[in-house]
Amino acid sequence: MIELSTVETAEPGTQPGYHFPPYVSSIARSPRMPLVVLPETLTERTGPVFGHGLIRERDNDLTAQHAGDPIGERIYVHGRVLDEDSRPVRGALVEVWQANAAGRYRHKIDGHDAPLDPNFTGAGRTLTDDNGYYWFKTIKPGPYPWGNHYNAWRPAHIHFSLFGAGILSRLVTQMYFPGDPLQPLDPIFNSIPDEPARMRLVSSLDMNRAEPDYALAYMWDIVLRGHADTPFEGNHR
Amino acid sequence: MSEQTRLTPASSQTVGPYFRIGLQRLVDEAPAIDASAADVITIRGKALDRDGEPVPDAMLEFWNAGADGANHDGYPEGFRRAATDGDGNFSVSVRRPAPVDAGDGRKQSPHLLVLFFCRGLLRHLISRVYFDDEAANPSDPVLLGVPDARRHTLIARRETENTYRWDVILQGDEETVFFAW
Repeated sequence: MIELSTVETAEPGTQPGYHFPPYVSSIARSPRMPLVVLPETLTERTGPVFGHGLIRERDNDLTAQHAGDPIGERIYVHGRVLDEDSRPVRGALVEVWQANAAGRYRHKIDGHDAPLDPNFTGAGRTLTDDNGYYWFKTIKPGPYPWGNHYNAWRPAHIHFSLFGAGILSRLVTQMYFPGDPLQPLDPIFNSIPDEPARMRLVSSLDMNRAEPDYALAYMWDIVLRGHADTPFEGNHR
Repeated sequence: MSEQTRLTPASSQTVGPYFRIGLQRLVDEAPAIDASAADVITIRGKALDRDGEPVPDAMLEFWNAGADGANHDGYPEGFRRAATDGDGNFSVSVRRPAPVDAGDGRKQSPHLLVLFFCRGLLRHLISRVYFDDEAANPSDPVLLGVPDARRHTLIARRETENTYRWDVILQGDEETVFFAW
């Protein structure tokens, strides 16, 4: 009757585990007891729906939130949010945050000895349109050192937070850039065992969206768990 | 996964230590709620790691599936986000949840779904918070699916008329129950 299980509900290897010793802070902060696997109820089949009232002009243009232009390589980041059946997720709230071009976050606990940019906060958000499409204009973030191990450096990345249809579609992840030589060295990136899944977090250079004489573009599509307009199929067995 | 055409959901990565840059706004913009109102409750607690150390960089999200669906300038009534302070403490005020259909004809005791994120967690955790003064807890289908010895980790203790205490323990003998769906 009571079903206790470490059964992985995701496709094997496509999600990181909780306890992953190469990422040192996972050791004391990850559960050791098995997750309790249960059938979905109405609580899990529903979720918050955010509206346009939240979004301000320039929320998706991280280069235009201050009086001057931020330093760094101006880029577009764009793509579609899809469900597992390739259907667009409409009205998905996408929140992003990132370091500046020098690899420094505008955060009181970031002690990296690199300059802050008075013209860059590094925060944005948007809602996907009817095609599941989103875009941001920003500055390419720099890599930065962190304390995980000796001479540890994070590859350049942008943090993404997404709400889809239903609370179980919730996703927080990171988008990486193609050809970054730090990726094979990064325990967070390599916490995903399945290589194709890992590489799906890497955006691709998109010359069709790049603006000549102005900005390069990177494309990144994001698949969320669940179905966009029907209740989730239960995980019943 | 039985259908060839199904796409695989994107992999999770940690929220990291700097999430407030991008995620604090939804904390600050939550519609005002009067914590002293009769139908409002406040849940206070602390997030702790294996060693009993506070987790000062955690984010919690609370979802009340029984909320009325109202939307305040784009902000849904049933949702609240909170972050822990330097001592690992969080606090959230919400309208007291009502019983929610389970979806199979049964009723669930009033509860909130909780998502927990922090540096060190490569994937977020999913839990629930119930309330120790709710008569329907013993027949709640989800609580019944949890081992007896761990069920109390999901139940907030009433402290005053409308405040409750609920801690999140990430690892150890008193580890909070986390779910997978």
